[in-house]
Amino acid sequence: MPGTILPTTGVPTTVLIVDDSKLARIVAGKAVASLQPDWMRVEATNAAEALAVTASQKIDLALIDFNMPGQDGLALAAELRALHPAMPIAVITANVQDEVIAEVRALHATFVGKPITPEGLRGFLAGAALRLRVQNP
Amino acid sequence: MTPEAAALTDLERDALTELVNIGVSRAAAALRKMIGEQVLLSVPAVEAMDRAAAATLIGERESDHLVAVKQDFSGALSGRAMLIFPQASSLALVRAVAGDAVSADEVADLEEEALAETGNVILNRCLGTMANMLHRSLALSLPEVLRGDGAHLFRFDAPQPDDGLVLFLYINFFVKNRNIRGYIAMLLDLPSLAALKALVAEFIQSAIGEAEPAAPPDKTFEAGTFEAGALR
Repeated sequence: MPGTILPTTGVPTTVLIVDDSKLARIVAGKAVASLQPDWMRVEATNAAEALAVTASQKIDLALIDFNMPGQDGLALAAELRALHPAMPIAVITANVQDEVIAEVRALHATFVGKPITPEGLRGFLAGAALRLRVQNP
Repeated sequence: MTPEAAALTDLERDALTELVNIGVSRAAAALRKMIGEQVLLSVPAVEAMDRAAAATLIGERESDHLVAVKQDFSGALSGRAMLIFPQASSLALVRAVAGDAVSADEVADLEEEALAETGNVILNRCLGTMANMLHRSLALSLPEVLRGDGAHLFRFDAPQPDDGLVLFLYINFFVKNRNIRGYIAMLLDLPSLAALKALVAEFIQSAIGEAEPAAPPDKTFEAGTFEAGALR
């Protein structure tokens, strides 16, 4: 669709980290930095903030905590998915119940276990980097 | 806010809440395996208060008699972990764990033992996860089933060194189709706030440290970065 493509060249890949825990955001940010040092990181502490951020700037991928006050991570992932059908999204939780994982998959999102480690994030970030390159060649 | 509560920095309180959140989330997954239905969790609450206030907090929300499985723990942290239900939920839980084939009489016979065993699995998963994340071991007492009001559940058999403040952490859970709801609650003794602060600070350090690059980034990622850079 010519004319609708935003100029992305020169703009670094931006990852949105959504978690109500500051420590969890720091840990996620460090893990992302260790794997993708050139990516920009933006943080939000809840779903409302995350939606405001995505409305105001280019976000390429999102890491979303599941258990947050207000809207939970799955509800946020669903909204983001509706707005951005191709955005790589990971839902992060220690809550490994089948239903939670099934809902994550139904949203074409990736399940990442908590606590976050670079090892645990590696697969998602590598896959996301690949998809973003295909989408924005 | 009390001076003691204020003595934990925001990041320390955040880290403690996150630690409990991860522990309880794993515990909920264990409960889900036992009953075959999704377990929904609230966001954890953490407050410094005295024991009586903690008892009142749960007690005044519940008009029904309460049933709890408690395990006391000691070591790097000491306190009490409890799985608390209103009486009606406790029977529904036993039915869910034992299976629908079991008769009502059998459920009543099984109740005590099934509760202790279920509580043991759930509380162990929660405390074990927390201990592992703290890189410390916790000694756990055997599970014990308690019945009564909030005050009874929060009473300690042995006299406490000071009957002052505890850190009270709790999370609500419920199982939609089974009419089961309750709390996972934890009372952390605060005999030594300094020790707790040191432990949490160490946990924060290790959590942040672990996320730091241990080795240069993988070649694949370097290649990806290079390609992205070449586009500019």
